[in-house]
Amino acid sequence: MKNIAIPMLFLCISINAQTPSAKEIIEKIDKNMSAESRVFTSKMIIHNARNTRTIESKTWNMGEDKSYTEYLAPAREAGTKMLKLDQRLWIYSPETDRIIQISGHMLRQSVMGSDLSYEDMMEDPHLLNHYNGKVEGQEKIGTSDCWVINLTAYTPDVAYETQKLWVDKEKFIPLKKEMFAKSGVLLKRLELSDVTKIQGRWYPKKILFKDVLKEGEGTEFQIMDIEFNTKIPEYIFSKASLKK
Amino acid sequence: MKLLLKLAAKNLYGAGRRTWLNVIVLSFSFLVIIWHKGLLNGWDRQARNDMVNWEVGAGQYWQSSYDPYDPFSLTDAHSNIPSSFDTLLTKGEVAPVLITEGTIYPGGRIQSILIKGISSDQKVLKLPTEKFQKNDDEIPALIGSKMASDNGLKTGDEITIRWRDTHGTFDANELKVIGIFTTNVLTVDAGQVWIPLDRLQKMMGMPGEATILICGNTSEANLKPEGWKFKSSEELLKSVTDLIKMKSVGGIVLYVILMSLAMLAIFDTQVLSIFRRQKEIGTYIALGMTRSQVVGLFTLEGSLNSVLAGLLAAVYGIPLLAMQASRGLSFAGASKDYGLVLADRIFPVYSLGLVATTIIIILITTTIVSYLPSRKIAKMKPTEALRGKLQ
Repeated sequence: MKNIAIPMLFLCISINAQTPSAKEIIEKIDKNMSAESRVFTSKMIIHNARNTRTIESKTWNMGEDKSYTEYLAPAREAGTKMLKLDQRLWIYSPETDRIIQISGHMLRQSVMGSDLSYEDMMEDPHLLNHYNGKVEGQEKIGTSDCWVINLTAYTPDVAYETQKLWVDKEKFIPLKKEMFAKSGVLLKRLELSDVTKIQGRWYPKKILFKDVLKEGEGTEFQIMDIEFNTKIPEYIFSKASLKK
Repeated sequence: MKLLLKLAAKNLYGAGRRTWLNVIVLSFSFLVIIWHKGLLNGWDRQARNDMVNWEVGAGQYWQSSYDPYDPFSLTDAHSNIPSSFDTLLTKGEVAPVLITEGTIYPGGRIQSILIKGISSDQKVLKLPTEKFQKNDDEIPALIGSKMASDNGLKTGDEITIRWRDTHGTFDANELKVIGIFTTNVLTVDAGQVWIPLDRLQKMMGMPGEATILICGNTSEANLKPEGWKFKSSEELLKSVTDLIKMKSVGGIVLYVILMSLAMLAIFDTQVLSIFRRQKEIGTYIALGMTRSQVVGLFTLEGSLNSVLAGLLAAVYGIPLLAMQASRGLSFAGASKDYGLVLADRIFPVYSLGLVATTIIIILITTTIVSYLPSRKIAKMKPTEALRGKLQ
């Protein structure tokens, strides 16, 4: 018995030694996913019960508070611009040539009938600033080995109190995310794929957002090109830029 | 005067079908005007009663940030219920309501709704909130019949509801429909669910808080708690008042058309009478009547049309209007689709003032219309008139 117990103990110790802490994993995710600034062109494919719509846009993003988006296509939406500064959102519509200010609550609404909220689309939150994590185990997503971690919010002002992440062991990118209500009901599922190395970091170029309570195939969010930590002129994040 | 009245009546009787035609057209105008006004009065009374019973109460206190036309104001529109209301709350004479936004997923569709929490022991509104008291479900809910039909819900159904708490964190749970109420007031029915106040306060993390306080008694207007603004029932019923006023103004167009038709007939009759009865006019003057007396006679003849029309309208109108006042007029199906506070059946209300005003207006108008062509008589030469020469 003694002969088996000692090697088993060593095995456990060696596995634990290989398992990074949740904090380390989250730090690495943040390092990949978040940046001081991001400029990206994206395509949002919204699959509704009746039809599928595609919206192209360009977004300038700085930290968690500043974001500016301009719709490029389709022609009907082209020229629509959105500016988000902290919890305030302004939308410019070229059809009416007007800027509408919307309160923070609007940030929680769906963007053009998609499975994304304005928060999802325009914010770039650092997980470590809001969540504590716990490694629950290991699973395989496709061919990738992943750490399964549970995140629990330690700040009250987050949209999802708990999240479950399947994080690629090599690239430290979540390949699957499940977001839960306070009651534990699963609300949203994200599937991240096409993980590509860009400017020295791994980044998923495709994200499938799915509001699990709603019927439909979800909304695909495809990054066409992205630049990290580029200098964005300050005027971009001003109301004046909406009418330009 | 007696002679003039006798003569006028005799002439009217002698005019035969011409008189009856005028009287019938005018009596119809009488009836339609009274019926239409009565219908609007009935609608006004019903809408006000329903609004007071289902939504407005005797007035409301609104949390200072609350704006019913701005759903985004709901994020901040909640405060602790002032302690000055404690006794009234215990008696159920004030109904505190907490309002927030939420989402339901009927048949896999996403639909934004208002979640309204109301105290189960309130006695101010007709909402059957007593059903909450005997219920142990996680989230028991009352919904209106329109909300139920729009979303294919029935009593006993369970549906997922999602909301955000006071910090903006998502939460979701199963809501159970424990009752469906029927009301004409769409603003307490469409796109909303009613759940127990204490349950919503717990869900939102807002213990002891409310968005509005609905008063059961007008005396509560004097409490004036800080951070709350009072809205009288008249202010809250302004939409109904304005709508009825607008409909009344629209009704004037109908009255003008109807009256124009009747007055045109009387005017024509008067012109024709003066043209055809020139010898008669000459004879009256030759027999000693002054010109103004002859003008008066013709004007009286015209005015008597309205008196006869009033009598005729009373003969066939009173039973007709009385029947409608007791049976009502059906608007089934139309009301809820247009968002109006309109009962399936409206019972017209005819007041004495309404009938008297209509009679006076028609009498004055008929007299004026009868007088206008009669003025020509004053310019006639009696000798020419006696010879029947055209003047």
